[in-house]
Amino acid sequence: MSTLAPSAPDDFTQARPLRSRLMPYALLAPAVLVTLFIVFFPMFQAVVTSFYDVILWKPNANRFVGFGNYVKLLRDPVFWTSLGHTAIWIGLTVPLQMGLGLVTALLLNREFPWRGLARALVIIPWALPSVVIALMWRWIYDPTTGVLNDILLYLSIIHSTVPWLADPHLALYAVIATLTWQGFPFFAVMILAGLQGIPQSQYEAASIDGASPWRQFVHITLPGIAPVLATAGLLRIIWVANSMDVIFVMTGGGPGYATHTLPLYAFIKARQNLDFGYGTAIAVTFTLLLGAIVAVYIVRTLREVER
Amino acid sequence: MNKPSTLRRILTTDIPVVLIILLAIGPFVWMILTSLTPTAQLSASGVSLSPSGWSIDNYARLLRQTSFLHNMLDSLIIAGGTVVLGLVVSVTAAYALSRFRFAGRKLIMLQFLLVNMFPIVLLILPLFVLMRKIGILDTHIGLILANSTVAIPFAVWMLTSYVGAIPRSLDEAAMIDGCSRLQALRRIVLPLAMPGIISTGIYIFITAWNEYLYALTLGGRNVRPVTVAIQTLIGEYQIEWGLLAAGGVVGALPATLLFLLVQRRLIGGLTQGAVKG
Repeated sequence: MSTLAPSAPDDFTQARPLRSRLMPYALLAPAVLVTLFIVFFPMFQAVVTSFYDVILWKPNANRFVGFGNYVKLLRDPVFWTSLGHTAIWIGLTVPLQMGLGLVTALLLNREFPWRGLARALVIIPWALPSVVIALMWRWIYDPTTGVLNDILLYLSIIHSTVPWLADPHLALYAVIATLTWQGFPFFAVMILAGLQGIPQSQYEAASIDGASPWRQFVHITLPGIAPVLATAGLLRIIWVANSMDVIFVMTGGGPGYATHTLPLYAFIKARQNLDFGYGTAIAVTFTLLLGAIVAVYIVRTLREVER
Repeated sequence: MNKPSTLRRILTTDIPVVLIILLAIGPFVWMILTSLTPTAQLSASGVSLSPSGWSIDNYARLLRQTSFLHNMLDSLIIAGGTVVLGLVVSVTAAYALSRFRFAGRKLIMLQFLLVNMFPIVLLILPLFVLMRKIGILDTHIGLILANSTVAIPFAVWMLTSYVGAIPRSLDEAAMIDGCSRLQALRRIVLPLAMPGIISTGIYIFITAWNEYLYALTLGGRNVRPVTVAIQTLIGEYQIEWGLLAAGGVVGALPATLLFLLVQRRLIGGLTQGAVKG
């Protein structure tokens, strides 16, 4: 957010009376206090809880187990399965969203009469509630009455109905397809804004020099939108890694453990077994793993604020 | 424009764009068609594509048999409350971050950025325990606070960027004319930042309206927002897709309309940071 940039330091700060030096802190206090109370305090609680054996319906049985939950985690095959799924989940969803978003942005950047309408319509998946998206796609994927099977049968791509969400080998990919659909408008919109920042004169110069459209794309367009791709990509990795509402409503993690990702596993452990100690240990581990990616994003953004 | 190039444009631009748009809105259109097809017909012959087979039967049943209007009210209170709380605490914070240079400024900005990235699953479990302890589980205020974990950091970042775009010389001039800092904030900066404040508020509203996991875990019995209510429309033995689709359409409508209404300005604000980044 480079609009923060005019960083003319407040030269008078030192000379001002105490009252006006405290002013920024007073102005910040409400926001900081509320976040301390609803975010940092619970987060601290979470870390503490992860060292205890806490089953919610047995409040008297709480006991300190140290790293017990974490040791249990390393030996838990479902943890490793979920970790693998999380990697596939991020590794497929983000590039697919980005690819589809790039194609959409390039198309919407062209001149055509109904461009405004097209731009408005394409963001609809972004505006819909996750729970509606998940139920909608369950209906589309439905093995007996779903429209997807109807279409594919009609086109003779498949010869018998496919139980998309009930087949352990397909379910994860079916959910990934849904999430790709939900997320590509975000990329399209971001990339479109980036495309509009590339000066038209560069393309004119290139075509005078005889560069083909493909070479123009590789040498002008891609470098021009590279920063946007990086920022939007990082943001989406974090967002996709965290998002579990769509999977939760579509499959609930099943069949079996076929669509468990780490945050979903933590949530299910805590929600169904009320095993809060182990659930939070999974959540904390997941947060630490995600932290590496978050760190990259934060370093990038703060560098921007500095400028 | 001469003829061959129009034809070329239709082939290389319009048709591919139509395909993308179909992909983007197809599933939602399909849900609308499903909701318009009466249940008996849905199981007999499938979704009706022609208006002759449509009826508002599913919507009528939705209003008659379920407490959907009440759920909408719950969602409205929660989303509205989140907007108010989020904006009130964030406006002054954004002003401080954009106008003052003070010790700890970077740390505080980092904190708000960091909070934005926290996995919801890490917060949801301790928030459940905490809210149960102080007795605000399953209340509006509980869900407003929970949604604020997302709304406040977002609002602080957006508004800092909007307020930063207003020239400092304006509030300095006001202060030379005898305004205090707070008066300058109220009389000069607030009115100028109003478009940014409104679009931030609308985005918070949409996010809070669409939120599902907090609503499911921290609410659900007394306070049941639309997103949770839709999920409960799934019957015990058999899914009533017509009714469910009607609930989905009604539940999605407020946020979607708002989004379409303000999309231009909103996207301008959201992309600003990334594009320059």
